[in-house]
Amino acid sequence: MKRVLVILLTVLMILGIGFSLSSCKKKEVKAEAAASAEPFKVAFIYIGLPGDLGWTFEQEQGRMMIEEELGDKVDTTFVENVPEGPDASRIIRQYAQKGYNMIFATSFGYMDPMVEVAAEFPDVYFEHCSGYKSSDNMATYFGRMYQARYLSGIVAGKAIGQGDSIGYVAAFPIPEVLRGINAFTIGVRKVNPTATVKVVWTNTWYDPVKEREAAVALLDSGVKLITQHQDTTEPQKAAKERDLVSVGYDSDMGKFVGDSVLVSPKWNWGPYFVKTVEDAMNGTWKTHSYWGGLKDGVVELSAFSDKVSQDVKDLVASETKKIESGSWDVFWGPLKGQDGSVVVADGAKMADGDMLGMNLFVEGVVGNLGQ
Amino acid sequence: MRLVFEKRNSVSRKAIILVPLVSFLVSLFLTGILLVIFKANPFVTYASMFVGAFGSWINFTETLVKAIPLMLTGIGVGLAFRLKFWNIGAEGQLVFGGVAATWVALFWAPFLPAWMVLPTALIFGVLAGALWAGIPAVLKVGLNVDETLVSLMLNYVAILLAQGLYYGSWIDPDGMGFPGTKMFPKAAWLPRFSGRAHIGLFIALILGLVMWVVLNRTKWGFEVKMVGQNPRAAKVMGVKIGTTVLTAILVSGAFSGLAGAFEVTAISHRLQQGLSIGYGYTAIIVAWMAQLNPIASLFVAVLMAGLLVGGDQVQMMMGLPSAMGIVLQGMILFPMLAGSLFTDYKLKIITKDSQEVSV
Repeated sequence: MKRVLVILLTVLMILGIGFSLSSCKKKEVKAEAAASAEPFKVAFIYIGLPGDLGWTFEQEQGRMMIEEELGDKVDTTFVENVPEGPDASRIIRQYAQKGYNMIFATSFGYMDPMVEVAAEFPDVYFEHCSGYKSSDNMATYFGRMYQARYLSGIVAGKAIGQGDSIGYVAAFPIPEVLRGINAFTIGVRKVNPTATVKVVWTNTWYDPVKEREAAVALLDSGVKLITQHQDTTEPQKAAKERDLVSVGYDSDMGKFVGDSVLVSPKWNWGPYFVKTVEDAMNGTWKTHSYWGGLKDGVVELSAFSDKVSQDVKDLVASETKKIESGSWDVFWGPLKGQDGSVVVADGAKMADGDMLGMNLFVEGVVGNLGQ
Repeated sequence: MRLVFEKRNSVSRKAIILVPLVSFLVSLFLTGILLVIFKANPFVTYASMFVGAFGSWINFTETLVKAIPLMLTGIGVGLAFRLKFWNIGAEGQLVFGGVAATWVALFWAPFLPAWMVLPTALIFGVLAGALWAGIPAVLKVGLNVDETLVSLMLNYVAILLAQGLYYGSWIDPDGMGFPGTKMFPKAAWLPRFSGRAHIGLFIALILGLVMWVVLNRTKWGFEVKMVGQNPRAAKVMGVKIGTTVLTAILVSGAFSGLAGAFEVTAISHRLQQGLSIGYGYTAIIVAWMAQLNPIASLFVAVLMAGLLVGGDQVQMMMGLPSAMGIVLQGMILFPMLAGSLFTDYKLKIITKDSQEVSV
C-alpha cells in the first residue's frame, strides 16, 4: 500500500508542477482581460455562516444591499467559516489573485493576514472590520456599537428588579467586547443603580453549543436576563426556555426568537458598504478608519418587543437624541472602574483611542478580564 | 450463506496495489453522487480542487505550508501508534512547542547572538513538545494511566495556556489590548523560500528519511517494532519496554513540538490565535493513511494538505456551502481507511454446502 501511495503521490506532485507552469501563462492573459471587463468584483470573508442570524448575517445583509443598489455593475461573492489567524491569508490572497477588486474581511483576527496580502496587491482595495491596522489600500470600518448597547442596557435595567443580576455571554476579552459590556452596564445602572452584570467568556465568536452552555450556566446562577456578544441566537433561546427575557445583539433577534427578546442593538452595514464600493469604483476611495455611530445609522436599536413599556421607549428615545446630537456620550465622566476607582473624572471625556484600546471593566460588572 | 473476515497470513501484493486505488475511485464516485445532489458538476469540482491545491506554483506553496506541520505531526503520531500508544495529543504538543519557541524568540533574543536565536527557539520547541508528550508517557509507564485520555486532555491545557499568555502576560503592549504577542525580532524568523513555504519543509523531509532509517536499520527501531507488535515476546527477549515507550513518545512529541515552533517562527511570527487549527488531529489520519510509515507520511501530508487547500475552492469557485468542503474530505478519507481492512483481511463467503469462495 505504501509503495503505491508513494508512486501515486509522486505522479500527483509532478502533474501539479506541470499544471502550474501552464496555468501561470493563462493567468496573465486572464488578468489583462479582467482589467477591461465590466463588473467590479467584491469578495467577503466570513467567520461564521450567513445563516447565523447574528454577526455574519448582518454583514451578509450589507453585501446583498451592494448587489441591490449597484446591480450589474458589481459581482459579489463570499466565503464562509474561514478561521482567524494565518490561515486566512491564503483565502484573501486567492481572491486577490483571481482578480477581485475589493475584499472585505469581517472579523478582527483577519487583520494581520490582510495587512500582509494588502502589501502584495497594491491595486486591490481591502476593507477590514474591527481592527486598528490600515495602509494605503487597506481601510478599517466599524461602528460605535457601544452607543446602542447603552440604550439596550436601559431597557434591560428596567426589565429586572432592583439589584437583580444580568448574564452576559461574551466571546473574547478584547476592547470591542469590553466596550460593549461596559456601555451596557452603564445603561443598566443608570436606571437600576445596584444591578450587576455577570460576564462569562466562551473564547469563540461562533459556536452555538458553547454559547448556549454559557447562557445556561449563567441562568443556573440566578441571573434574571440574558444578553450576549456572540454570533448566534442561542443565548436568547436558552433564556426563552426558562421564560426569561433577553436583549439580543447583531441583528433584530426578536424576529427569530420571539418577543422574549426585548430589543437588540444591531448593525446596519449596507449604506457604508455601498458608499465605499462606489468610491472604489469611481477611483475616489481613500484609506480611512470609519467608526460611525447612532447618528450615521451604522449601529441602531431594533424595534422593541411588545413587552417594553411606553415610558421606557420614551426614555430610550430621549437618550438617543442626546447621543446623536453629540451633547453626551456613554464614556463621559464621571465613571468608576470595577474596583471603584475613578476611570474618567467628572467633566472629562474618554478619547476615541482609549475607547478603542479599552482594557477595563466599569463598576457593576462581575467577572474578570482574563479568561 | 454468510460472510466472514479472515486475517491474511501475509499481506497480499495484489491487495496492496488494488485496495488504495479502488478505494480512491469509490470515494470519488460517492462524493460525485453527493455533488450531483447539490447540483455541482463533480468533474469541474474535482478539477477546481486540484487546481486550487496544485494548479499553480503559488497554490502549491500554500499546500506545502499546510503539509509541513502535517508531515511532522504525522510522523510523530505514527511513531507512537507503532507502539500502540494512542498519543492523540499532537495538537497540544504542537501548541506547547509553539509557546516555548515564542518564549525564546520574545525574551531571549536580546541576550543571544543573532544567529543563535532561531536554533534556540526551535530546540526549545522540540524539547517542549517532548515534555508535553512525556507527561502521558510517564503516567502510562509508571502508573499505567490511560494515555488516550491524558494526551487528549493536555491538548486543552496547552491551548488554554497559550491563550492565557497571549491574552495576558505576553500581550503586545502596543496592541491596544488586542490578543497576540509582539512580533518576533527578525533573527527569530525561519526563512521562507517561496511565498509562505519555508525551509522547515526540507528539515521535515530529512527527518522523515532519518526516521525511516532509524526504525528499519537500528536496534532501537527494532525494539519499537517488537514492543508494538508483541510486548510479551519483547520482554522475554530482554527489551526494556518502559524505556522504549518513554523514548519513543518523547521523540513523538518532539516532532509535534518542532511543527509548532515552525508555525510561530515561519508563518505567524508571533503567538496568536490560529496556532491550533487541528493539525494535530489531522495528523492521526495522516499516520493511518501512511500505514505509520514516516516516508509515506511525507507524501500523505501533501495529499491531505492539498485536500484542505483545494477544499477552499469548493466554496470559492463552486459556491457550495463550507460544510461541503469538510464532507468531501471525509468522503475521500473513509473508503481509503476502510479499504485498508482488505489488505490485512480477506472476505470469505461461506455458502450452505460450505464451499468457500474467497475474494
